Amino acid sequence: MNVENGVHDAHYFVPAPSRWPIVGSLALFLMALGAAFWMNKVPGGNWALLAGVIVLAWMLFGWFGDVIRESQAHSYGLQVDHSFRWGMSWFIFSEVMFFAAFFGALFYTRVISVPELGFFSGTHELLWPGFSADWPAATAPKLDAPYRAMEAVGIPATNTAILLSSGITLTWAHWGMVENRRTQLKLGLAFTVLLGAIFLCLQAYEYHHAWETMGLTLASGAYGATFYMLTGFHGMHVLVGTIMLATMLVRVLRGHFNAEHHFGFEAAAWYWHFVDVVWLLLFVFVYWL
Amino acid sequence: MTASTETLHLQHADHQAHSGAHGWRRWLYATNHKDIGTLYLWFSFTMFLLGGTMALGIRAELFQPGLQFWHPEFFNQLTTLHGIIMVFGAIMPAFTGLANWMLPLMLGAPDMAFARMNNWSFWLLPPAAALLVISLFVPGGAPAGGWTLYPPLSIQAGMGMDLAIFAIHLLGLSSIMGSINIVTTVLNMRAPGMTLLKMPMFAWTSLVTAYLLIAVAPVLAGAVTMLLTDRHFGTHFFKAAGGGDPVLFQHIFWFFGHPEVYIMALPAFGIVSQILPTFARKPLFGYVSMVYAVCSIAILSFMVWAHHMFAVGLPATAQLFFMFMTMLIAVPTGVKVFNWIATMWQGEMTFETPMLFAIGFVCLFTVGGFSGLVLSIAPIDIQMTDTYYVVAHFHYVLVAGALFSLFGATYYWLPKWTGHMYNEKLGKLHFWWSMIWFNVTFFPMHFLGLAGMPRRIPDYPLQFTDFNSVASVGAFCFGLGQLLFLYNVINTIRGGAGRAPARPWEGAHTLEWEVASPAPHHTWETPPDEALVKKGLRAQLLDQDHE
Ligand code: HEM
Ligand SMILES: [Cu+2]
Repeated sequence: MNVENGVHDAHYFVPAPSRWPIVGSLALFLMALGAAFWMNKVPGGNWALLAGVIVLAWMLFGWFGDVIRESQAHSYGLQVDHSFRWGMSWFIFSEVMFFAAFFGALFYTRVISVPELGFFSGTHELLWPGFSADWPAATAPKLDAPYRAMEAVGIPATNTAILLSSGITLTWAHWGMVENRRTQLKLGLAFTVLLGAIFLCLQAYEYHHAWETMGLTLASGAYGATFYMLTGFHGMHVLVGTIMLATMLVRVLRGHFNAEHHFGFEAAAWYWHFVDVVWLLLFVFVYWL
Repeated sequence: MTASTETLHLQHADHQAHSGAHGWRRWLYATNHKDIGTLYLWFSFTMFLLGGTMALGIRAELFQPGLQFWHPEFFNQLTTLHGIIMVFGAIMPAFTGLANWMLPLMLGAPDMAFARMNNWSFWLLPPAAALLVISLFVPGGAPAGGWTLYPPLSIQAGMGMDLAIFAIHLLGLSSIMGSINIVTTVLNMRAPGMTLLKMPMFAWTSLVTAYLLIAVAPVLAGAVTMLLTDRHFGTHFFKAAGGGDPVLFQHIFWFFGHPEVYIMALPAFGIVSQILPTFARKPLFGYVSMVYAVCSIAILSFMVWAHHMFAVGLPATAQLFFMFMTMLIAVPTGVKVFNWIATMWQGEMTFETPMLFAIGFVCLFTVGGFSGLVLSIAPIDIQMTDTYYVVAHFHYVLVAGALFSLFGATYYWLPKWTGHMYNEKLGKLHFWWSMIWFNVTFFPMHFLGLAGMPRRIPDYPLQFTDFNSVASVGAFCFGLGQLLFLYNVINTIRGGAGRAPARPWEGAHTLEWEVASPAPHHTWETPPDEALVKKGLRAQLLDQDHE
């Protein structure tokens, strides 16, 4: 992108007044209020939460629908296209920082707080006799129920293979896009969506297994907390990414995009690769090491 | 009036027909950066009054020893909400509002890059504020553990804390979207010929601030999410009973929190860097060094967070590292103060209200900076942390810093927004009134802190009475004076001291002064002429190449 000279559309597209933002705010307000009430067992909270989710879904359909219509009507010039690229890049950067907070918590717990608890003599004498500062801990200091940690081999390794191959199929689809081979594009996208869905199913199975038979829950000390929150937020991102790619597949099937104009597709692909990289870090630091 | 403004007028008239919504829809469905900027600014001022009222509640209680008005729990709710509302409701939205109003005008862009998302960024704020206010009325009341939300207090608190956590999620979402918009606008929407090193300082500081926010708002969201799961879903991030650590929260919070203080300071630097050259009638001294200073402050701000944690028992090496990194920030900050003074040096200065606030900023922000330097010394901070010395310090940078710059900005750009001049006499009165009572309120707090008075406590021993009474009187007078500001703004909207020309300040050379006053609803729909851009750059001595 040539920033210094800059691209200038003759008329930069400024959308007309839109109801979607305020609908989105209403949705998030309902969800926030509903969730807070629900977590504190105030009656009606769950309904408000549900209503919020429905309104949010409506808003997302409406808003992205508008964007797709504008895109199909060729409202977006080159400068708008650059804006979208900047916007998506910075959005992904914000996501990186969100995961950084949880990785930070993981490293801090492993490197500082658990060893320190083991090092402090009072831990054994006064608080939790029998505590040993291992990672993954066999048991958290104050938990009665022992749990088993998740192994890297098995489902996690399979899932790594799945996500890596989904990156390949997606790139193959992208080649199809730029070289105008639509069948390759459709096949590649369909495979990617399928792999994403398989990943999610396997993760759901893994969670079920961990929770029910390994005794590993959110409450299983710092290990359980970091394990579920990191892999859980990642899983949610895989879900969102899969939905994005599925949307792109539908658009491709309807004949949207061409070799030059397909930023919607590229944005979804960037997002997917980002989710992929996060998984690799998870696989190394949460499952393996 | 230049030719380009006339064409703008024509385009404006031409646009009236399809410029979209009217009545309430104009505000709820807004996609116009000026409308959205206006919404931001009014919201921010409302929050300022709300948070200010809470501050007066605090100062009323502290007027004399003993418990007069509030239960201690409610006092703590007041300090907590005051902090959260001022930071996230008053100061940050005000800067985003200014960026919304001014960046497209100053850069020669037709609007913000993502006009629809811009509206969502704003409209997430009122629901967040509503959640905070609702928290006052739920069982257990509002959060009371301080704006820093430290566990274990924040884990034990009632459902008001959950509402605050979700409010912070909404505020964070708003900040991230607003910031993506600002970054993209600055990087992609500048007029032809306006390269990065030729754009106004306010654009630079907005850019760097937005970058900081995109980097740290998600981290805060992560931190409060961990609080939420610790509260309701059995996790042990911050509970030693499960191998976690409450100090972890402090690390994550302050990794957000220190850049956050620059998020509230950098845009103020930008505003002052616009105002001083205008009224000194000299170009900004050391433009490029100003840019480098802003960037290095931004980078350093990620490496100093533990200066808020000197008392939690960090290893000595860590304390030393954070102490020296903090002191290092004084270098680029010093560069900036030097450049501001050098800008005024031998200038043909006049002292209109914006200039007064800018000079007040330079003086008092520097005082706050120096007390910050004192606090950066770990052995001293261990004595002083959580005392009124800290309260004095951060109000010098936040009130006399951020807030004064916002007042200055409002007077500076009010003619452009409303098309009318404000009442200069009232403006000056507002400045001197604020200046005096601000110092009466906050200067004695240094002494209170040095003598050991803790913050966030509703009562104190007898020997602290005098300074506290003085501070409380000062606070009430300061608060009263802000009604003067409100009156002056409303009066200006209604006509004020007469019509304002397109360029009411003859020393101002940035692009926003090339459009009519009031700025038409749509401006720069086609990018400004390169010649027009060059003319302004020449006047700012920015036409040479810096490379
Ligand atoms: C109108 C003038 C203001 C007055 C009189 C005032 C007064 C106070 C007082 C007395 C406290 C300390 C309470 C305590 O620790 O016991 C406090 C805390 C605080 N104030 Fe202000 N304040 C004012 C404006 C502001 C502004 C504009 C900001 C901008 C961000 C701000 C941010 C804070 C923060 C972050 C705290 C810390 C809250 C906490 O302890 O958790 N204040 N204020
Ligand atoms: Cu700091």
